[in-house]
Amino acid sequence: MTALAALVRRDIRIALRVGGGALIGVLFFLIVVVLMPFAIGPDLALLARLGPAILWLGALLASLLTLDRLFMADHEDGSLDLIVMSRTPLELTCAAKALAHWLAAGLPLIIATPVLGLLLNLDASSTLAVALTLLVGTPALTFTGMIGAALAVTLHRGGLLLAVLVLPLSIPVLIFGVAASEAAISGPLSFGTPFSILCALSLVSFVIGPFAAAASLRQGLD
Amino acid sequence: MRLSGRGVRCVRGGREVLSGLDFEVCSGEALAVTGPNGSGKTSLLRIIAGLLALAGGSIDLESGEHELTLAEQVHYLGHRDAMKPALSVLENLSFWRNFLGGDASDPEASLNQVGLGHAAQLPAAYLSAGQRRRLSIARLLAIRRPIWLLDEPTSALDAAGQSLFANLTRDHLARGGLVLAATHAPLGVEARELKIGRES
Repeated sequence: MTALAALVRRDIRIALRVGGGALIGVLFFLIVVVLMPFAIGPDLALLARLGPAILWLGALLASLLTLDRLFMADHEDGSLDLIVMSRTPLELTCAAKALAHWLAAGLPLIIATPVLGLLLNLDASSTLAVALTLLVGTPALTFTGMIGAALAVTLHRGGLLLAVLVLPLSIPVLIFGVAASEAAISGPLSFGTPFSILCALSLVSFVIGPFAAAASLRQGLD
Repeated sequence: MRLSGRGVRCVRGGREVLSGLDFEVCSGEALAVTGPNGSGKTSLLRIIAGLLALAGGSIDLESGEHELTLAEQVHYLGHRDAMKPALSVLENLSFWRNFLGGDASDPEASLNQVGLGHAAQLPAAYLSAGQRRRLSIARLLAIRRPIWLLDEPTSALDAAGQSLFANLTRDHLARGGLVLAATHAPLGVEARELKIGRES
């Protein structure tokens, strides 16, 4: 456990320091959401209707943006060799890295959501619903995205490939995330159904993500 | 403790790099792997470390720790130093000590041993190539592992650093450790030589 805690602490520390990826995701999220009202125009009803979808799209793209560095940086400086050789099972190491990435890059997106909700004419309860679905859904984006990051690790400039690999896996999360938010805001569906499926998607990704990522890292060693 | 390989074969990118290679190292012994560039020295070390697949033959460790795999008893010092530029020297070393675990000693003492005690709080980004190498060597000291796999260990080290490293290696061998080093320069300790690669 000390090994995994040390890894989580290190990754968060790197992300928060100068040149780390934590701020980039939030800034991108901010840019996407701030630009939307200008593009759509001053139709408040339309903005409120599109709000959850815009917030979810922004969060999805922002988390993709920072994911490609998840294993790449460790691969480039040789840390990945030592991580693979260590006594800690690689699956647990992958899970710890994804957790650290989510804490450093995913959690700030959720904290920024209430502020951005104002720009999209969402009232307090709607914003809270979107933030809640993001809190439950973004871990799934990180853990499935990790599989793509592990596959792309040996390819230089794997960023675009990552997006192509990961996007199909992210679509269900996007669908149910937006569905749950809209159900909470306008009905008529109950909030519980899509929200439970969103929770299930996250739980499945916690199990499959680390194993698939560890397998592809082992395969990609060179 | 005895590390041996029989008929080791390695294929990289469809090209046979090593074939039918035999070697043997015992406790307290150093083996210098020499050969021209591209002859497979690094590949051999990475195979032993479990970072490359063995295409044929076998590698055995006798009387090592039973519950650990070979890779878990090995220190691998590669070309890349596995240190994060954003973290301080001490943070880098403490992380590896906590992550690699096992029989560990105080990271600050290890830094003093390699002559980096004064730079402990400096971000690793500001270290010179030789200092980064010294930091990697500090990792070998901070966590105790019986087998050292060293890839060009003395590259970028100054004369004082090279003799320091020779002393550290000698201490490691005296404690019953074993060393496999891919090298062009002399190690500074008594070592058997394993020549690989075709003469051309």
